[in-house]
Amino acid sequence: MYKKIFALLLVLTMVLSLGLTGCGKDAEVETPDATETPETPETPETPEVETISVGLVTDIGGIDDKSFNQGTWEGIKKFAEETGAETQYLQSESDTDYIPNLSTFSDEGFGLIVAPGFLFEDSLTEVSANFPDQKYLIIDMVISAPNVASAVFAEDQGSYLVGVAAALKAKEANQSTVGFIGGMDFDLIQKFEAGFEAGVKAVDPNMTILVEYAGSFADAQKGQTLAAKMYDEGAYVIYHAAGATGNGLIKEAKDRAINKQDVWAIGVDKDQYEDGIYDGTNSVILTSMMKRVDVAAYDVAQMTAKGKFPGGEILAFTLDNGGVGIPAENPNLSEEILAKITEFEGKVKAGEIEVPSIPSRLEE
Amino acid sequence: MNKFKAFISNDKNQKFLIPFIAVLSGFLVGVFILLITRENPIDIFRAILRAVFGIDLNKIGTGKAVFNPRYVGEYFVYAMPIILTGLSIAFAFRTGLFNIGSEGQVMVGSFASVLAGIYLDFPVFIHLPLVIISGALAGAIWGFVPGLLKAKFNVHEVVVGIMMNYSALHITNYFLRNLKGSDNVKTAMLPVTATLNSEFLSSITNKSRLHWGFIIVIISVFIFWFIIEKTTFGYELRSVGFNKNASKYAGMKVDRNTVLSMMISGAFSGLAGTIIAIGTFGYGRVLPGFENYGFDGIAVALLGGNTGLGSVFGGLLLGSLKAAQPIMQTMNIPRDIAIIIVSFIILFIAMQNGIKMILKKLGGAK
Repeated sequence: MYKKIFALLLVLTMVLSLGLTGCGKDAEVETPDATETPETPETPETPEVETISVGLVTDIGGIDDKSFNQGTWEGIKKFAEETGAETQYLQSESDTDYIPNLSTFSDEGFGLIVAPGFLFEDSLTEVSANFPDQKYLIIDMVISAPNVASAVFAEDQGSYLVGVAAALKAKEANQSTVGFIGGMDFDLIQKFEAGFEAGVKAVDPNMTILVEYAGSFADAQKGQTLAAKMYDEGAYVIYHAAGATGNGLIKEAKDRAINKQDVWAIGVDKDQYEDGIYDGTNSVILTSMMKRVDVAAYDVAQMTAKGKFPGGEILAFTLDNGGVGIPAENPNLSEEILAKITEFEGKVKAGEIEVPSIPSRLEE
Repeated sequence: MNKFKAFISNDKNQKFLIPFIAVLSGFLVGVFILLITRENPIDIFRAILRAVFGIDLNKIGTGKAVFNPRYVGEYFVYAMPIILTGLSIAFAFRTGLFNIGSEGQVMVGSFASVLAGIYLDFPVFIHLPLVIISGALAGAIWGFVPGLLKAKFNVHEVVVGIMMNYSALHITNYFLRNLKGSDNVKTAMLPVTATLNSEFLSSITNKSRLHWGFIIVIISVFIFWFIIEKTTFGYELRSVGFNKNASKYAGMKVDRNTVLSMMISGAFSGLAGTIIAIGTFGYGRVLPGFENYGFDGIAVALLGGNTGLGSVFGGLLLGSLKAAQPIMQTMNIPRDIAIIIVSFIILFIAMQNGIKMILKKLGGAK
């Protein structure tokens, strides 16, 4: 009986405090020195216009990994700056930590919990089932659960543009061969290859495209060997979708550029121009195929704040909504090439060009 | 006062006093660092309380559940494998050997269990024991190599152990990727007959990953104690640990004991790998690098004074710091604080002779 009365009182105080504080600073979330006063309950249930808290669980890379974690964190930070939202990240020590970390954030009642990368597939599937009221975002992977939004990218479209850039640049120099280095030969990376191939062929159907897969995303040595082989076979521009393996390509391109050889490399995921600088000013990076994970994190956080969390949906980040594309600054591309690229971009956006997601070598 | 002096200068009491002082000093360092960085040091203890007992002091009076048993379950998930690697290291230490190859033995143990789990097909009461035994056996084989090289050619077991760690990492990764149903980061799910998962344990701990592995841990602690304390073999092992040459002179087979000790030590580590694979995860994982279960085991063994029960306490303590890390992060304490505390505890344990001297002086020994 006492319990019931107490519970009623609690509910009353909660409702009252909601009404009183209104849209003010309702996010009185989890200050460590919250005192033991039952009269001031914290309020996870908030009115329509929310300032939600966003939590990021990283893999072992941490938020300064120059890749997925960092990009996602930048997006979350941008959201926080604009809305004053509380943000926090948990770095995982090993994959043993994924489930506890996701669960800890869920317990804390974060408004949106972000897991960047396909590594979180199993852990987030489990945790999202355990916490049906929490909202989650997974990047680069699809989890079908009503409380998980999945963000995927149109890598084929972005790769199409850099394919166009590579072919135009090669034509300019009277070259007829370009190359592609993939990390591992499975469907996600084949999308990069397919888009690149289509882009090159759109400019010149007779161009030769060399394709190699390194079998690893972390083997820079292998990347360099493959790049050296391709450049020796006459490749003028090489595009990689191979993570850290691609650093080997960039190194090889830099070595050759220092020796006055005219070769280029195309970066992936983020603008890799800085990585390709070899003599203080010039870079071997022709352009980069950017995957804007920050845009994905930012957009979903915005939607969630507006009460339109896209749970259970697959959000495609394409050229159209700026989810993929080339950097704003491309010092190594001439005006003409850039104009051509913009032309192709428009066509892809308008749906005039359908970019394939399976490379021709795999088509029957 | 005199009683106190007698208490602290007593050798027997010092056995548990020294680890206790080391742990305390480690925490003091942590508190000190938080104080000079202007964080609230009490948060460390709140985080540990929440990680170990599932009690969240911040939630008192908020109407939310103060007690969440999931944390207790997850805490044991963290502690169990390092208790086993602690036993492993402690066992070898008793024979005067330093089994730094524990890390690799964990990997091959978990690999062998996954292999037996995926490719064998039996009812659970045959399958599960087979899976567990393969893990222990694989660990023992990985321990056999440094043991044999040490006994036959006097190659230092640390050198061989480190090499075996790298071999284990790359060899198991290669095979794990190529098992049926594997992708680049993990193998297929193990069949139910090969896992330690338990609906029951999970349900009483609010859906944590707690599994039956703790039974393996308890049995292992018992086996450790039994071999070391109750068998002639264990007596010989300890004797070799105290003085190899004297043992040889007394007619003990030092070489054989060296190899066997490393194998048993390896088996404990292999079991740690087993419970990680078939308990915590339920599938085999392709590892990007070392996960430090073996190295944590060294700390656990040191804390526990190389005894079975001591390793349990050491593992529970270290596990609590590991489990508290995510919670510390949510309280804006850098996770490195936990690592610093552990490091200092080990440092203080390593200085145990110094602590002993201070205690003796305080105790008024002349």
